[in-house]
Amino acid sequence: MPPSRFEPSSIRNKVKREEIARKQKKEKRQGKLQRRLAQAKAEADDPLLKKKRLTQNVPRTLDNTREYDPSMLTANPNAEPEAGPSSLLQEGEETDQPVVQPEDESAADIAADPFAEYFSGALDPSTPPKVLITTSPKATRLTYDFCDELVGVFPGAEFIRRKKGKGFEMGRIAGWAANRDYSHLVVVNEDMKKPNALTVVHLPEGPTAYFKLTSIELSQQISGHARSTAHFPELVLNGFVTRLGHTVGRLFQTFFPPMPEFQGRQVVTLHNQRDFLFFRRHRYAFRSTEKVALQEIGPRFTLKLRYLKKGLPAVKNLGAPSKPLEFDTGEDEEAERKDAPEEGMAIDGESEAGKKKVLPPTDDEYLWIWKPELETTRRTFFL
Amino acid sequence: MQSDDVIWSVINTQFCSYKVKTATQNFCRNEYNVTGLCNRQSCPLANSRYATVREKEGVLYLYVKTIERAHSPAHMWEKIRLSNNYTKALEQIDKELIHWPNFTIHKCKQRVTKITQYLIKMRRLALRQQPKLIGVKKKLDRREAVRERKALSAAKLERSIEAELIERLKSKAYGDMPLNVNEAVWQAVLDRERGVETEGEKGKGRGLDLVHDETDEEDEELEEEEEEEGWGEREFVSDLSGEEDELSDLEDVVSGEEDDEESDEEGDEEGTEDEEAPSKKGALGKRKAPSKPQKPPRKGPEKKARRGPRVEVEYEQEMESVPLTKEAIANW
Repeated sequence: MPPSRFEPSSIRNKVKREEIARKQKKEKRQGKLQRRLAQAKAEADDPLLKKKRLTQNVPRTLDNTREYDPSMLTANPNAEPEAGPSSLLQEGEETDQPVVQPEDESAADIAADPFAEYFSGALDPSTPPKVLITTSPKATRLTYDFCDELVGVFPGAEFIRRKKGKGFEMGRIAGWAANRDYSHLVVVNEDMKKPNALTVVHLPEGPTAYFKLTSIELSQQISGHARSTAHFPELVLNGFVTRLGHTVGRLFQTFFPPMPEFQGRQVVTLHNQRDFLFFRRHRYAFRSTEKVALQEIGPRFTLKLRYLKKGLPAVKNLGAPSKPLEFDTGEDEEAERKDAPEEGMAIDGESEAGKKKVLPPTDDEYLWIWKPELETTRRTFFL
Repeated sequence: MQSDDVIWSVINTQFCSYKVKTATQNFCRNEYNVTGLCNRQSCPLANSRYATVREKEGVLYLYVKTIERAHSPAHMWEKIRLSNNYTKALEQIDKELIHWPNFTIHKCKQRVTKITQYLIKMRRLALRQQPKLIGVKKKLDRREAVRERKALSAAKLERSIEAELIERLKSKAYGDMPLNVNEAVWQAVLDRERGVETEGEKGKGRGLDLVHDETDEEDEELEEEEEEEGWGEREFVSDLSGEEDELSDLEDVVSGEEDDEESDEEGDEEGTEDEEAPSKKGALGKRKAPSKPQKPPRKGPEKKARRGPRVEVEYEQEMESVPLTKEAIANW
């Protein structure tokens, strides 16, 4: 046993006890202040000292003690997520990957994923990707407001109300949208009259990602917000390090035209921190070589990946005999639309055959599903 | 043996385990009951001659009980499969229950109708894709809300976005003639780069670079002062659209106009500052207009305004830049 220190709590007289305790506390405070002043003085004389202290005293955070995940694509697993990929230089980065075997594999894997067409530069950079935005059935006002904001965010977005009735399953809608050259489908799900989830479908072949949607703040609610312009924004994708993270990052990148219009000075950010994807939109101005002024445009929201499916959302009873029931109102359009390709087929069968009709699958194939038990520690992150 | 009246008197006045009593009427829970009511006619126990219709896994069966088999409960019910076709099933009932009381025939047919209807509805519902309902897990939600809050504060969003943008600016991701950068700032970026290069040649570039990066807001004022000294340099880059001009100008300079430098500088500085203000405004305010083609309006006026002094300015800055950086090093 070490010799017990004198504790004021052993004094029985309350007045005395308090007095002594106060004195002790003050001494301690003063000592600390003196230490800090001395340190500040020493560091003012020798800036190297400060640098050394800052490099040595790095606090342990969940981010820098993150559990190693073999699918991480950065060379250093302990690298800060901030050092993640920047969208602007994405292609460059992929080629930059160090020449380690698994990374080569993953680079090849990434190059062959469904988004490869976008990154290969085959698309016209001046036309934004077509995005169809809709809601879950029976949506309410808050959800529509949020959809309006989304339409403002994605340059090629279009909002269409979700039709009532049978036969408008998400997979079927995705199929129709793909046949009409949409590149994405976004479905805002609503629960208790509030948007609570976002389903993002990359067309025509998937994948489908389902995100939990929280902390929505529309532009109106952000004080001092800027107005957006129609310029194509640039994109900052921060902190996507694993293979799954890259998939999600690339999925979001394909929402925007490959070439931003820099004169708009708008930047859309999707920042991944501990698997939460923070969406922000700002207008920026470079004030000096070290300083940027940011003004938020909005909206803000937070996403959390729940699952990733390989293809389009499944339609369980595709081709079931419920067809005549399906198109009660849209039968005429449907018939016309069907006729048109047939005529085309007669004229030039080859080109029509080349363009296959996209049909949703009847079964789901999950690439990744979030489960609470996956998070064995708080330092486990997947993106 | 089998006495329907005795059974019914017991059921009616004493006790039946299938009987459900309500305020208005009594119901029967026996599976073989054709109507579901508790009365003399539709009681499957108190009738030795009875018929009903039951459904098993989507198939209809007619169950018939006759008095001849009353002694053997195991074989009491005769089970006849009915056709899937509704009309045929009705005909079948007519055929099987010929000479039976009208009540039984009628109730059996009613039951066939009802069962067919609910089978149709079941099949239709099964075809439709219903949304999957998932329970709300409060504890999980609460936990995630807290983690989200902490992640948000750990993300330092604005700072990381700013860092990323600066990084892009410095790595020249915006191209050689960026449209989103104030000219003064862009010139400063170029200056810094040039300074680093020259220093790097001398082997001191590294140190300079590091120090430069660390400069905080205090140092920014210093920087700005330096930038002001180097105003002329900025103009150099933006004004020169053709490379040939630059070269020829350089040659001219080398030939010697050093005498003019000092006098020109002052004039240049004034001129540039005047131009600076409008260009800044243009960068921050006017460019928001979406449909405007940005390039032509921005370049046009600037070029015209600067055309005169431009050439001389360039040379001077080139010469100046080296001593400037040296000074800077000394200061740092």
